[in-house]
Amino acid sequence: MLQRLSHLLGTEVLSHEQILFLLDQAKPFQEFQRHPLKKLATLRGKTVAIAFFESSTRTRISFTTAAARLGADTMALQAESSSLKKGESLIDTVRTLEAMRPDGIVIRHASSGAPAFVAERLEIPVLNAGDGTHEHPTQALLDALTIRDRKGKLEDWNVTILGDILHSRVARSNIHLLSKFGTRITLCGPAMWVPRALENLAPNLRVTHRIEEALEGADVVMVLRVQTERIHEPALAADEYIAGYQLTPARLRLARPDALVLHPGPIVRGLEIDSAVADGPQSGVLEQVTNGLAVRMALLYHLIGGAPTDAPHPAKDRSNASD
Amino acid sequence: MRVVEKRQLLSAEEIDRTLQRLAHEIVEKSGGANDLALIGVRRRGVPLSERLAKQIRGFAHVASPVGTLDITLYRDDLSTIDHQPVVQSTQIDFPVDDRDLVIVDDVLYTGRTIRAAMNGLFDLGRPRRIRLCVLIDRGHRELPVEASFVGRSVQTTDTEIVEVRLQEIDGEERVMLVDRVE
Repeated sequence: MLQRLSHLLGTEVLSHEQILFLLDQAKPFQEFQRHPLKKLATLRGKTVAIAFFESSTRTRISFTTAAARLGADTMALQAESSSLKKGESLIDTVRTLEAMRPDGIVIRHASSGAPAFVAERLEIPVLNAGDGTHEHPTQALLDALTIRDRKGKLEDWNVTILGDILHSRVARSNIHLLSKFGTRITLCGPAMWVPRALENLAPNLRVTHRIEEALEGADVVMVLRVQTERIHEPALAADEYIAGYQLTPARLRLARPDALVLHPGPIVRGLEIDSAVADGPQSGVLEQVTNGLAVRMALLYHLIGGAPTDAPHPAKDRSNASD
Repeated sequence: MRVVEKRQLLSAEEIDRTLQRLAHEIVEKSGGANDLALIGVRRRGVPLSERLAKQIRGFAHVASPVGTLDITLYRDDLSTIDHQPVVQSTQIDFPVDDRDLVIVDDVLYTGRTIRAAMNGLFDLGRPRRIRLCVLIDRGHRELPVEASFVGRSVQTTDTEIVEVRLQEIDGEERVMLVDRVE
């Protein structure tokens, strides 16, 4: 169970049971998003440090909102802030944050492995909000939740991931998570972004550079954002990518008629995805955003709720079966 | 620590008769059942609330809505326990605004569960009235909470536990008083 989970560093290290437990725990928090009064006092008095060493809007807002709705306070450090610009090291920055006694820390960093590095050195739970090209575990969990809700179960689907797989932590976290559930995964994109070597990432995984082949029979299509800084002549021109790999209504028709389309955002309309698909009935994009809140609330509740580890509080021994 | 059974407080038949009486009391003291809604507190308040609603439907011919409330996120001891308890869903699919709510639970003890339940309900709206119906009131209150409808009041000591077993959850039907012995 989750009892042994003290950090969330990636989906690769999560067990099948831990993933299912987290998805089940996200359920009540999904319902909570529909409440007229979206403010709990569950984590009142707790503080979450939100340390984003790389700029982000969506994930940062999602974690901050999740903490706020649970009643926790946040202290935010953003990429643009001065200490990072002044050359302070990662460990000095997080030790400074730790000295302000937060109960947990959410980290995004451009270097793969930064959250694990911090987790080894701090006493508080660390949640990975994206590290380099390594993992983005909360994104994979919210994707899994969206798949389970829309398609009734998580197991045994054909999932196609389109785009720059090589540099994508979203793809990696999804591959590690989904491969624990018997998913057949197809990776597709230009050869320089989808090298054959990726086939070793997980069982039941194949690579193709032809989008028609990738989409045929797909139950779920995950479209990755094309990082515009990686699009440049002569390596790859934008119109070449559009011609070869944009998810258009015509191409989506090659997938199963009820195929679900996911995108981690932010969407670059007209580049990796056509607006008609992004806004169409098969798109789960906005559910992904709401589910992200639910998943992050469930994680914060289980990881930073409870007695602080350095000051064990005698648990009340008032265990009536009914109270 | 062992747990020994001291005596049976209610048999299956007595539970059934008690619930019939409680259902009648609820309707009588509400001036009809039209605005009533029952809120079962997880876990054993849930089947009890469903049974009460069925009784009310039987004699008053009103289908009172029934909701399920999980109080985990509203507990006041979360910051003192090591592992966070599992959160379950709250299913109240009707507006609680201006409703005449009756919270249903199996045992009333410290009152803390009911405080948590009321907080949970206020997050959903502004009920016109909230009352409480319990199968057993065992005393030892730590908060100013009392039930409007009580199946049976029982004198207990601090170490005793009232165990309610219901068919829907436990596969058997009775209420026992058990004691913890070292």
